[in-house]
Amino acid sequence: MTVAAAINETSPEKVLAPVLSAFWDEPNSWTLETYRRHGGYEGLRKALAMAPDDVIALVKDSGLRGRGGAGFPTGMKWQFIPQGDGKPHYLVVNADESEPGTCKDIPLLFANPHSLLEGIVIACHAIRSNQAFIYLRGEVVPVLRRLHHAVAEAYEAGYLGRNVQGSGFDLELTVHAGAGAYICGEETALLDSLEGRRGQPRLRPPFPAVAGLYACPTVVNNVESIASVPAILTRGKDWFRSMGSEKSPGFTLYSLSGHVANPGQYEGPLGITLRQLLDISGGMRPGHRLKFWTPGGSSTPLLTDEHLDVPLDYEGVGAAGSMLGTKALQCFDETTCVVRAVARWTEFYAHESCGKCTPCREGTYWMVQLLRDIEAGKGRSEDLDKLLDIADNVNGKSFCALGDGAASPIFSSLKYFREEYERHITGQGCPFDPALSTAWAHQPHLEVNA
Amino acid sequence: MTTEPPVSLGIPEMPPPDYPAEVRARLEADAREVIARYPDSRSALLPLLHLVQAEEGYVSRTGIRFCAQLLELTTAEVTAVSTFYTMYRRKPSGEYQVGVCTNTLCAVMGGDAIFEALQEHLGIGNDETTEDGRVTLQHIECNAACDYAPVVMVNWEFFDNQTPESAKRLVDDLRAGRAAQPTRGAPLCTYQETARMLAGFPDTRTGAVEATGGAGHASLVGLRLAKGETAPGRIVSPREGGIAPGAGGEGEE
Repeated sequence: MTVAAAINETSPEKVLAPVLSAFWDEPNSWTLETYRRHGGYEGLRKALAMAPDDVIALVKDSGLRGRGGAGFPTGMKWQFIPQGDGKPHYLVVNADESEPGTCKDIPLLFANPHSLLEGIVIACHAIRSNQAFIYLRGEVVPVLRRLHHAVAEAYEAGYLGRNVQGSGFDLELTVHAGAGAYICGEETALLDSLEGRRGQPRLRPPFPAVAGLYACPTVVNNVESIASVPAILTRGKDWFRSMGSEKSPGFTLYSLSGHVANPGQYEGPLGITLRQLLDISGGMRPGHRLKFWTPGGSSTPLLTDEHLDVPLDYEGVGAAGSMLGTKALQCFDETTCVVRAVARWTEFYAHESCGKCTPCREGTYWMVQLLRDIEAGKGRSEDLDKLLDIADNVNGKSFCALGDGAASPIFSSLKYFREEYERHITGQGCPFDPALSTAWAHQPHLEVNA
Repeated sequence: MTTEPPVSLGIPEMPPPDYPAEVRARLEADAREVIARYPDSRSALLPLLHLVQAEEGYVSRTGIRFCAQLLELTTAEVTAVSTFYTMYRRKPSGEYQVGVCTNTLCAVMGGDAIFEALQEHLGIGNDETTEDGRVTLQHIECNAACDYAPVVMVNWEFFDNQTPESAKRLVDDLRAGRAAQPTRGAPLCTYQETARMLAGFPDTRTGAVEATGGAGHASLVGLRLAKGETAPGRIVSPREGGIAPGAGGEGEE
């Protein structure tokens, strides 16, 4: 990678495009009053004047894709809901943000909960649902507090409840706090959990659109997906499509974290690159260089400094051998031991495996044993192939995507850093000093640019 | 604090005692309110488990029986659910739950060092409680605050950008009964009061919703750059090795 690699745009004003985050810096950003002052609930007014199918068509034409990781077209999900079937329909918002590295929905809900609420009312009008749920992970009480407040405000103002804004449309919204289980971010596990059961994924088909919550047609959407809908109503699909690419249009929240100079939320069009984000934000912490990063949380295969110019959209990251995921850009510098990083993620997957299927339940446990041994310098050379073999038996053979996610960091780290694993084995220990990776290790050390 | 009875095979445990009548009446009224929020009563199970945790500080056998009775489930069904989720405590624990994120990113950024320092400072291990009953220490998984790493949660309020020293001061304050202010979130209440919010009962304290303002500093960095309020990154972070400013990210050689 050359220093002078072509970068089309380096001015932050042009690279970034705050929409959801546009007024987070206002002192009372979370209130209905602030939200309305910034055009809030205008999208709902437009939507209620439209036929539900026209709202679905608009969201479909906008090209909005799910921001929870999979990138499935949101409008299409809505269209799958059978109409005139005589059953209740449900909208369930997945606010169980727990994927390691992912930290976009929580700040969004803390600073601007009404964008989600307006999106919920629009979506329920579109899919003809009179009952919606927000399934919020339980470990974020500050967000729960703001959601309780926002929902109360919305009821008071007639955006929720009976006869929303005089339209004749009724909508009840319940905020539901989870109780600590990563697997509940998987949509069918989330539905089981919301039904008061252990959060274990369901066999599909039937898909939630046909038999979801209480076996009724259900849309499960990520927070950011739903919160993006009001802006599409207000400013139109052409505006939305003016950002990003043909297949990945629109704006999104990128979460920069780790050994960077300025970690935080950066909202911009899909398709910008990590190099652009680092350039405008101050790069890696002084004196250090990027070693590896995740494009969208720990379940997306690791990338390296070879991939700085990969467009961060669904197609671009896919072509680079990873996934856009949740756009959780966790950046690690050269002080970080990749074996330690992967071992810790694998411990997470083992802890969070729900136990329903054997490959994931057993495989993650075995992989943890091998990785702990390797990290501690007790590994044997054949362990690396054994690790790959087990990962291969977890990936694609598990009941849900948790198993695939568990295999991702192992495959990708062995692809790019096999030599580092081998050094742990031949050197009988970890060659890294963890103190140098900490946030308070301010002194740049000398061999950085060797 | 109770200790576990010795393992006994044979005679099954007797049913747990019921709540005192006035507690039961109060909890039942709360529970009916929670159940009414759902089309199907069983959906209220997770909130009800938070509710019984708010009563006793953990999910006791009495609490499990209470949930089972109200939802017409067996105690086995309720136990199966309550043991699946990590937020339900299975034994009496501290007034303040101090959770140190030791998932990869926070661990690397210093979460491991913080957790180690707290164990040593408090003289307790993971999931143990100080003798005064104030602090329960736990290592926790990613709490969606990676841009504020390393993160410590106290009763599920955010204490961002911690160091071993700041974390030790924090637990000292908690044990001494001094006020500890989260970086993002409301002034701390007890674990039991927190559990009541999780059951779906809003925080009614004056100023709780407003506390700590709209968004944390890291949530605003992109917005401030986009509005031209912050100087571009190259000034924030001088580079080593004489690479020309603006010539590229620091990720390359």
